[in-house]
Amino acid sequence: MLPGIPLFPEQASTLAPEVDNLYFFITAVTAFFALLVVVLVVVFAIKYRDKTGEKVGHPIHGSLPLEIGWSIIPFLVAMVIFVWATVVFFHIVRAPDQALEVYSTGKQWMWRFQHIDGQSEINELHVPVGRPVKITFTSEDVLHSLYFPAFRVKADAIPGRYSSLWFTATKTGEYHLFCAEYCGTAHSGMVGKVVVMEPDDYQAWLSGGGGLSLAARGEQLFQQLGCVGCHLGDGSGRGPSLAGKYGTEETLATGATVAIDDIYIRESILTPQMKLTAGYGPLMPTFQGLVTEEGVMSLIEYIKSLSSTAGPAAPTQASAPAPPPAASDNTGGPGE
Amino acid sequence: MTTTVLPRVNYLNVKHTVASWLLTKDHKRIGIMYLIVVSLAFLIGGIFAALIRVELTTPLGDLVSDDTYNKLFTMHGVAMVFFVLIPAVPAILGNFALPLMIGAKDVAFPKINLLSWYIFVIGFLFTIAAGILGGVDTGWTFYTPYSSVYSNSNVLLTGIGIFIAGFSSILTGLNFMVTIHRMRAPGMTWFRLPLFIWALYATSLVQILGTPVIAITVLMLAVERALGFGFFDPRLGGDPVLFQHLFWFYSHPAVYIMILPPMGAISEVIACFSRKSIFGYSFVAFSSLAIAVFGFLVWAHHLFVSGISPYSAMVFSFLSFAVAIPSAIKTFNWTATMYRGAIWWQAPMMWVFGFMGLFLIGGLTGLFLAALGLDVHLHDTYFVVAHFHYIMVGGAIMGYFAGLHYWWPKMTGKMYSNSAATLAALLVFVGFNLTFFPQFIVGYLGMPRRYHAYADEFQVLNVLSSAGASIMGVGYTLIACYLLYSFFKGKDAGPNPWRAVGLEWETQSPPIPENFTEQPIVTAAPYGYETRESNVG
Amino acid sequence: MADGLVAHVDSHEHGEAHHPDLQHHFETLGQQHEAATLGMWVFLVTEVMFFGGLLMAYLLYRVWYPEAWAEGSLELDIVLGGFNTVVLIGSSLTMALAVRAAQTGLPKATVRWLLLTMALGLTFLVVKFFEYKHKWDLNHIPGENFTFEGPHAPQVEIFISLYFALTGLHALHMVIGFGILSVITWMAHRKRFTPEWSTPVELSGLYWHFVDIVWIFLFPLLYLVDRVHQLN
Repeated sequence: MLPGIPLFPEQASTLAPEVDNLYFFITAVTAFFALLVVVLVVVFAIKYRDKTGEKVGHPIHGSLPLEIGWSIIPFLVAMVIFVWATVVFFHIVRAPDQALEVYSTGKQWMWRFQHIDGQSEINELHVPVGRPVKITFTSEDVLHSLYFPAFRVKADAIPGRYSSLWFTATKTGEYHLFCAEYCGTAHSGMVGKVVVMEPDDYQAWLSGGGGLSLAARGEQLFQQLGCVGCHLGDGSGRGPSLAGKYGTEETLATGATVAIDDIYIRESILTPQMKLTAGYGPLMPTFQGLVTEEGVMSLIEYIKSLSSTAGPAAPTQASAPAPPPAASDNTGGPGE
Repeated sequence: MTTTVLPRVNYLNVKHTVASWLLTKDHKRIGIMYLIVVSLAFLIGGIFAALIRVELTTPLGDLVSDDTYNKLFTMHGVAMVFFVLIPAVPAILGNFALPLMIGAKDVAFPKINLLSWYIFVIGFLFTIAAGILGGVDTGWTFYTPYSSVYSNSNVLLTGIGIFIAGFSSILTGLNFMVTIHRMRAPGMTWFRLPLFIWALYATSLVQILGTPVIAITVLMLAVERALGFGFFDPRLGGDPVLFQHLFWFYSHPAVYIMILPPMGAISEVIACFSRKSIFGYSFVAFSSLAIAVFGFLVWAHHLFVSGISPYSAMVFSFLSFAVAIPSAIKTFNWTATMYRGAIWWQAPMMWVFGFMGLFLIGGLTGLFLAALGLDVHLHDTYFVVAHFHYIMVGGAIMGYFAGLHYWWPKMTGKMYSNSAATLAALLVFVGFNLTFFPQFIVGYLGMPRRYHAYADEFQVLNVLSSAGASIMGVGYTLIACYLLYSFFKGKDAGPNPWRAVGLEWETQSPPIPENFTEQPIVTAAPYGYETRESNVG
Repeated sequence: MADGLVAHVDSHEHGEAHHPDLQHHFETLGQQHEAATLGMWVFLVTEVMFFGGLLMAYLLYRVWYPEAWAEGSLELDIVLGGFNTVVLIGSSLTMALAVRAAQTGLPKATVRWLLLTMALGLTFLVVKFFEYKHKWDLNHIPGENFTFEGPHAPQVEIFISLYFALTGLHALHMVIGFGILSVITWMAHRKRFTPEWSTPVELSGLYWHFVDIVWIFLFPLLYLVDRVHQLN
């Protein structure tokens, strides 16, 4: 059973109508110019046709006013499109403050989504309707691109960097999720669906998953990797205290200051010597290869969760062995 | 009119040995040699395209494996971009016509010209070898780190092939630039140059400034892949996006290597078959230069969702809109040229009509992609595929065929069937639109490019595409048939079958090896159609 | 056809004898010389762009990883690098003198200066070889076996990769230049150049100077990143 020819994708986010209105406007403008030229070419070709090839044309060599006119008018039209499109673009790239955060990693050939509350899912993403959702993601291998056509948003996943995109879904239902950047053999299999749910259903879904929250998992990792031995909560350790640091600024050994955000924390875990905090020696080893991208994300979430008063717990020696880092594959989402 | 009897000897029959071809320094013969190799590459790339379209008639990905499919679209892209579109007009038509049109005996460096051809063939052979030994699956864009680390296919051989072929393009550009500067006939001032020459000049500028950058970029990729050097490797702190910047610093201007020369050919043909001077000659000439220069400032519009800063995206978006204006100027001037002309419906003009329609759509859909807010949705979807095929095939290939049909009687001395050529133009035009117009829609629906299997709702549009491609295939086959037939059995065309103005039409067809029996001296602007003796229409 | 576009004149002005070096498609030696010179300059522009890709990578990573750049640069031997800089500047002088000698019709002097230029070029390459060998012995060759002690080892590997790419590409140009000069020297020895026609010598001179200038940029970019700390 073939459906009719679809002409237009579903609008399922607050951004979608903005993008579509721009699309209609540009379509109208370009259709006007295209028709103008095509009609003129056809009319001239027929009206001035000479079957013999013997005649010659009128000696017309140009017209400065015309040249200026058809340079300036298209330019002005283009500028209208430019301004409009740029405004829409900044709406797309600037996530609202109170967005629901989801972490994601792409790898050949699947998307893994990690909710703050602990659920993780593969090639499927459950989100509530009517609430901004911000996805922060990276790649573990090659370039990928996270693409939600129904929401009109997309961004590349780049190894070694964090990208993000956001949307507020406006309609419940299931929509496509694609990898848009070519990533090798099963590129076209790196697809899935995003499930937009009523807030109540979403809460039910969330609580049905079980497993530790992302921050709790980060805390486990923090202990297990031995971070806690140096980064004492009161600042007396060999490393700086991390309590209440997220979102503030840090002075580096070089005298420069750096904003403490996801990217800086990631760098500090993987290449700790690159940007040393003032007053601390280059003692921290690199954790490259010891912690996965998801592990890093959980650590970031843990550090975020530390308020300035409650520092990380003291090292609990000889405690029961913690679960392996980011061994979260057993906490697959309940969406199956 | 001079009454001297023209010699029977011409550049084709002056010698018949294979060595006389392989060692020739005659720009006309080198043009023919390019024609042969490029046509072969077009055939190979076309077969890949056909297989892609057959695969995509069903959403399941059931004809070939995903790996094979990835290799098909990669090799289609490599063959078509580096071995068809880039050399087609400059190396075939430019080589043949440039010295004739400026009244020179040859290009400035005939030996280097022959060397360019050999370099091109060697690069082509490397790429063919990569295909025979199992193919390459990175996409023609070779994005790192997939190409440098993860891909298990023949990236190195293909890269070397492209690297080598790049030098052919550089040397051709160098040769043309020096030729236009130093080899013009007496009286052939800059503003008496035909617009095809202006277009070739702008093209050589891009070839000279851009191609070395892709050469070094591919080299860096090869060294990283083969020896483990770190230039783009994220594990060392390298930046895969740097590769994209370097790649597109060439590959966007390369679009203008592909489209400017066909635009030049269009100017020649449209003037000839409208029997009029080109409207706004200097605007058309300078718009070529403007495109070449602005073309270097827009590369990052391929990276709007690749993690560049939104503010730099804004600048590149603005510049991308700006570069659209010179193309618009050209289109308006061509249209105005036809106004009150005496339009002679011959085959080359049919290709011009096709070009006008398709290039218009290709150019205008570029505005969708330059628009930041919209590009986020459209980037890496079939909308992009449709857009650049409208430019590259609808623009460059249609322009190439317009030029080839225009100069064919000069190149071979023979005339092809006008009705067959008109039919072919119609088939290609209709087939092309049926192939690629649905892809705009399927792209806006969200179908990503380079997908081997796809969601069911995209199928109808994909079937339309595949149907259109088969019509286009018939059209291209028809061209090969009647052109080959005309070469062997066609009627003699005579020196100037179109009654065109221009130095290349002053000599016999095919021209003598040294082009002109006497050194031509130019005394007037090009396209003096109106001042001829016929009755003004 | 009375189109008035072109007139024909006899191009062979018989007063002027054909110079043996004049190729058939040029009208005069002057035109041939101008074309060749312009061609060389255009070629050098392509060369600039060729190095430009690598320099762009250099610039980006230097801004990103200044400490790694300082560490990597200190690994390079400034004495050998400085010596090579002097050698190359000297070879530019001898090359200029060779061109001058060719233009003034002194074949023996031309040969002498060319040989000296080649000797200096060879010196440069020999020194470069020992610098490379030193890196090899220390396992400072980028790739799987790269070893480097220091806090920024991965980024230093990028620096060293760029070092090898830039200097290797430059050395390749030196080798090609050496080959060109060998041919030119042989031609000069056969007295093929006259004050009227010495274009090949001039063009090889242009190429040689270009290769020197590339080094003048590479030396500070690679060897002198953070030497100020050494001085203090």
